[in-house]
Parts: sequence; C-alpha cells; structure tokens
Amino acid sequence: MKELFIILMSAMLVENFVLTKFMGICSFLGVSKKFDSALGMGLAVIFVMLSATLCTYPIYTFILEPNGLDYLRGICFILIIALFVQIAEMVIRKKIPSLYKALGVYLPLITTNCAVLGVAILNADNGYGLLKSLVNSLGAGLGFTLALIIFSGVRSRIDASDIPATFKGVPSTLIAASIVSVSFMGFAGMFS
Amino acid sequence: MKRGGIPVAKKQVSHAYEIIKGIIKENPVLVSLLGMCPALAVTTMASNGLGMGLATTFVLVCSNAVISLLNRVIPKEVRLPCYIVIIAGFVTLIEFLLKGYVPALYSSLGLFLPLITVNCIILGRAEAFASKNGVARSVLDGIGMGIGFTLTLFLMGSVREIFGTGAWMGINLHLPATLTVFIMPAGGFFVLGVIIAVINKIANKKPPQTVGCANCPNALNCPTFNKEGETL
Repeated sequence: MKELFIILMSAMLVENFVLTKFMGICSFLGVSKKFDSALGMGLAVIFVMLSATLCTYPIYTFILEPNGLDYLRGICFILIIALFVQIAEMVIRKKIPSLYKALGVYLPLITTNCAVLGVAILNADNGYGLLKSLVNSLGAGLGFTLALIIFSGVRSRIDASDIPATFKGVPSTLIAASIVSVSFMGFAGMFS
Repeated sequence: MKRGGIPVAKKQVSHAYEIIKGIIKENPVLVSLLGMCPALAVTTMASNGLGMGLATTFVLVCSNAVISLLNRVIPKEVRLPCYIVIIAGFVTLIEFLLKGYVPALYSSLGLFLPLITVNCIILGRAEAFASKNGVARSVLDGIGMGIGFTLTLFLMGSVREIFGTGAWMGINLHLPATLTVFIMPAGGFFVLGVIIAVINKIANKKPPQTVGCANCPNALNCPTFNKEGETL
C-alpha cells in the first residue's frame, strides 16, 4: 500500500510528466489556454492512459515478453493505443453523447501524445505488475491534468500583461512554463 | 504558404531549396513548434542533442522515402496508422543500432528513443510532404528538416551544457561560476523560450503567437479544428 502511494505521488508530483519529464508538451502548450479545455484534455488523457495500460499490460506480459519480442513493444503499443482511441471515440459518440461533448474532441489529439505511449513503455520497462502499472498511469494522468490546470491560470495572467514584442506568444509561454517547473522542483525527494 | 503551420508543398521549387528551407525558414522546432518534447528533454548535453537529432534524422529520411513510395498503395482512410507502423519500424531499427554500436548514447537518451515514433515532426512531414511528393524530394526534405532539428538540439544542448556544467562536449571550459538550473527541466523551457525570442529578433518578425492546431498531424481528424479552424 505504501509502495503504491509512493508510485502515485512520484508520478504525479516529483516526476511530473509535463514539467519534469517533458512528455506531452505539444498538448500542454496547445490546450492550456482556457480552464475548461485544460480540464477536458486532462480527463481524456487520464482515461486513455488507464485504458491503454489495461490493454498493453496483458499483451506485453503474456505475448511479447515470454517470446523474447520485447523490442517490438514500441510498434505494438502505439498500434494498440491508436486502435483503442479510435474505438473509444466511436463508442462514446454513439453511447454517451454527453461524455463525448466533454472529452470527445480531445481524443483524436491523444494518439500522438507522447505521454500516453511513454507511460506504457515506462510501465513495461520498470517491470511493474498490473496494479502498479495502473497506479503509475493514474498518477501520470493526474500530474498531466494538474500541470495543465495550473498553467491555464498562469497563461490567462500572461495574456493580460504587457510583454516586449519579441517575447510575445510562445517565448513568454515557455519562460512561464520554466517558472512553473521550478515550483515542481520543490517536490524532489519528498516521497521516497 | 502559411507561416507557423505545416507548409503547403510547392512543385516548382529547386531541389536545393528542399534542404535549405528546413534549416532556418521552416525550422521544425523554432518556427513550426514541432517535436518540442525531445528538444527539451534530451538537451542537457550537447552530445545528447546531437545524437537525438541524428537518430531522428535517420528515421525521418527513411520514413519519408518509404511513405512517398507507398502513397499510391496506402488507402487514404487508414493512412495515419500505416504511417505510424512504418515510422515505428524504423525507430525499432535505430534502437537496435544505437544499443549495439553506441550504448552510452542509448542509455542517456533512454525513454525518448522509442518515443521518436510519436515525434510530431516525422508524422507531420509524412502527412504534409512525403504523401504528396516524389521520393527524391521527400528524402531531401527529410534531410533538411533533420539537419534543422539536429542543429536546434545541438544549439540548445550547447547552451545548457556550457551554462549548467561549465563544459562543452566533455571539454572543461573553466567558467568562474555555473548555474545548475540550466540542466534542470526548468532550464530547458527557459533556454528554448529565449532561443525562439532571439531568432525572432534576428529574423525581425513576429513570433508564433499560438501553438496552432495546424501544426498537429491529427488536425485533419480533429472535429474542433475543422469546425473553428483555430486552436482549442
């Protein structure tokens, strides 16, 4: 139990996927403009990460690893994730329209989000069991959501402030991300 | 041609231009804002940046060549999964090559080596260029974009290594003081932001205002993008 808690907290805060491990930067910068879209994207990422872990874990553990094919994990995982995202989008659109309205638009953007593939490969490389993999994915997804939400607040302040013309837009956003990342450095060594 | 977005391929430009455009004018990281994740993550040392850049260039050139050859065979509806499989195949190949010949680089790139598969530069060039052009141009485009990416990563790695550790490519520069924050994650964001600002100042143009959906290789599948024609 204590071990699971440490995995959750370190995936979420200490080793935050966006601000410490630099995964999913594209969606971090693209979708963090408004609070609503940040929350929607974050929840969609949590959903896909958990489901992708559920799909990739048995395939890695029972098919790839026993046959010495673990070098194929990259190809297999990305195919599974792409397939899963497609199916999930179709099912949600047909069955739960209200959920589709909230999360659906973000789903196609997630296939090439490296955080999802990253967490699947990380789980496989660390040799986590199913429960630990799920907890790690949950932590990673929560950390992603947290970073997006915090940053959407920071960005709304930046938009309202007077910045030298050269730094307007992306440069100032990146420098703000750097300052937010400094604050996450404070978690280092907290849970170990 | 739309600045800040995936450029529309033109037929009449010379072969040399296909290479040169990737280095500055359409630099994938600094202008199109693609492939930011590896650009930030592996550039704590100049040599890592160089290695990552060359590995990505290899995958980019090979996948551009194969995709431009196969674009008549691949059905339009399932082209993205097909491209991803082709790219992932070459990524597995480069993983083996690096593991066998440059194990030090293999271990320092770590997780970001298999993640070349989802690097937006490669899928973006496949979708925007290789699927519409011949083999020769696609290979040249891959080389140009690869060089642009490699140079950017090398520049970032150099800045971060020099300021962060006081060394460059392993050579000690005997600086009076170093700032460790440069090799930490926060330094990565900072250095990339400043480099983009400096490039904008030199080029004397307005910086890219948004990380637009137009850069995203999935934009064509994205209902939000199609409806509003802009970012989320």
